[in-house]
Amino acid sequence: MSGTHLLRSYAHLDSPIHRVRAGTKLLITLLFVVGVVLVPVAHPLWTCAAIALLVAVVLAARLPLSAFLARLALSQPFVLGVAVLALFQGRGLAVFAALALKSTACVAAVQLFAHVTPFYDLLEVLRRARVPSALVLALALLHRYLFVVLEESRRMHRARTARTWQASGWSTWKSLASVIAVSFVRSTARAERISIAMRARGWS
Amino acid sequence: MHIPDGFLSVPVSVACAGLSTAALGAATFRAHKVLGPRAVARVGVTAAFVFAAQMLNFPVAGGTSGHLIGGVLAAVLLGPSVALVVMTAVLVLQCLVFGDGGILSLGANILNMAVVHPFVGFAIYRLVLGRQSPSALRGARPIAALAFASWTATVAAAATCAGELALSRVAAPLVILSAMVGVHAVIGLGEAVISAFVLAALIRLRPERVDRAGSSASSVRVASVVVPGLVAALALALFVSPFACTWPDGLERVVQHLGISPAIATLSLSAPLEGYAVPGMGSGLRTTALAGALGTLLVFGACLVLGLGLSPRRMRDHTQPPRR
Repeated sequence: MSGTHLLRSYAHLDSPIHRVRAGTKLLITLLFVVGVVLVPVAHPLWTCAAIALLVAVVLAARLPLSAFLARLALSQPFVLGVAVLALFQGRGLAVFAALALKSTACVAAVQLFAHVTPFYDLLEVLRRARVPSALVLALALLHRYLFVVLEESRRMHRARTARTWQASGWSTWKSLASVIAVSFVRSTARAERISIAMRARGWS
Repeated sequence: MHIPDGFLSVPVSVACAGLSTAALGAATFRAHKVLGPRAVARVGVTAAFVFAAQMLNFPVAGGTSGHLIGGVLAAVLLGPSVALVVMTAVLVLQCLVFGDGGILSLGANILNMAVVHPFVGFAIYRLVLGRQSPSALRGARPIAALAFASWTATVAAAATCAGELALSRVAAPLVILSAMVGVHAVIGLGEAVISAFVLAALIRLRPERVDRAGSSASSVRVASVVVPGLVAALALALFVSPFACTWPDGLERVVQHLGISPAIATLSLSAPLEGYAVPGMGSGLRTTALAGALGTLLVFGACLVLGLGLSPRRMRDHTQPPRR
């Protein structure tokens, strides 16, 4: 039952970076990523400069560095796994290093954005960017109920494990599957109730 | 399978974003038509369910653990267009709020996991289910169909992902395709088994709930499923087609890597335009295709066994008095 650390956000902290408007931050992150992607393989120094810039911003945002690095390390298996494939071609090592460096810089940039932008500011940006309102509302509901559903399924799983003597192999899978199944049933029932409540309060 | 930024080139990312936006627009329209005013709450809360299900790890051999992707399961339980919107919401939140997966490559991730995964899966599910009414889930067939569809869809999504990476010239197409498909053919087995277990548990726990969930999926006309499925397959073929072209640099490496004799390698490289006609490579591709077909058949057989093993036993009939 890992995963809680994946959902920890530092968006509630306060720093000059946190106070920048969310739309501006999204745009800057996107431009940064495009810029890093466009750096040719032959010029790794530019990527290094981008990483230095990123480190400065992370420090300015006063994020807990160890948590930030730990989260970054979690993305490394995929990054390295794909970058290794680049070894099977001419100038493989240079391409491998450039890809791993670029991708790490981009992942760090996206992480940084996620940690300095409160969720409801982000929703406001999406709404102003003319994303269909139904989709924005669905995202808001997803964020609101994610922790409810997650906590509920964790509780079910814990209760199930507590009652099973040394579950292993298939029985772990089976108990997890029944937790997911019950979670689905409860989610559809909950969606029904929420929709009735929304309409009762005049939403259409 | 979340592609981080830095791998996909800008044109590929933009093309994928365009494709996913079009698919999302059509699916939102369709979902609203199927579910009506309940759509928003249904999408939001089931997306929370899919997100939470993805966070629950199950142990796999050797200390590693896997988790559900859930696209095909969602497509079967909710209908493919609702599943597309649900998976998109999950991916957007994972990217923008939790920093999982790239911003620039968000379009590509949506294309792989919210479009290809549920739609290919649902098309295969309906194909295997055949004439059986999808709202009446009885016996082994739905479970076997879901298991096989989950596996196929995971492999298809991996192939699309490989196509995007290859078009961005990350590495030689054949290398990427074989690595991605190889790894995900194994990951897909986990997806298949856990999806089958979940459907079996659902049928056992709340058959009426599955029937109701299935009926919203069954109101989808077959044509409206098969056509997007075909479009997805075509897109897949377009993505994979660069693999058919010879890419001298990469091909040379692959040939050396596979230990094919240098004579054949130089032969294939001396005639780059007649890549398929080269006897050595041609039979190599044929062997790979044969192995792939055999593997798919094996998985299909395993899914049938899984379906038979998991299908709920017929309830004992309590209305009849026991016979003496």
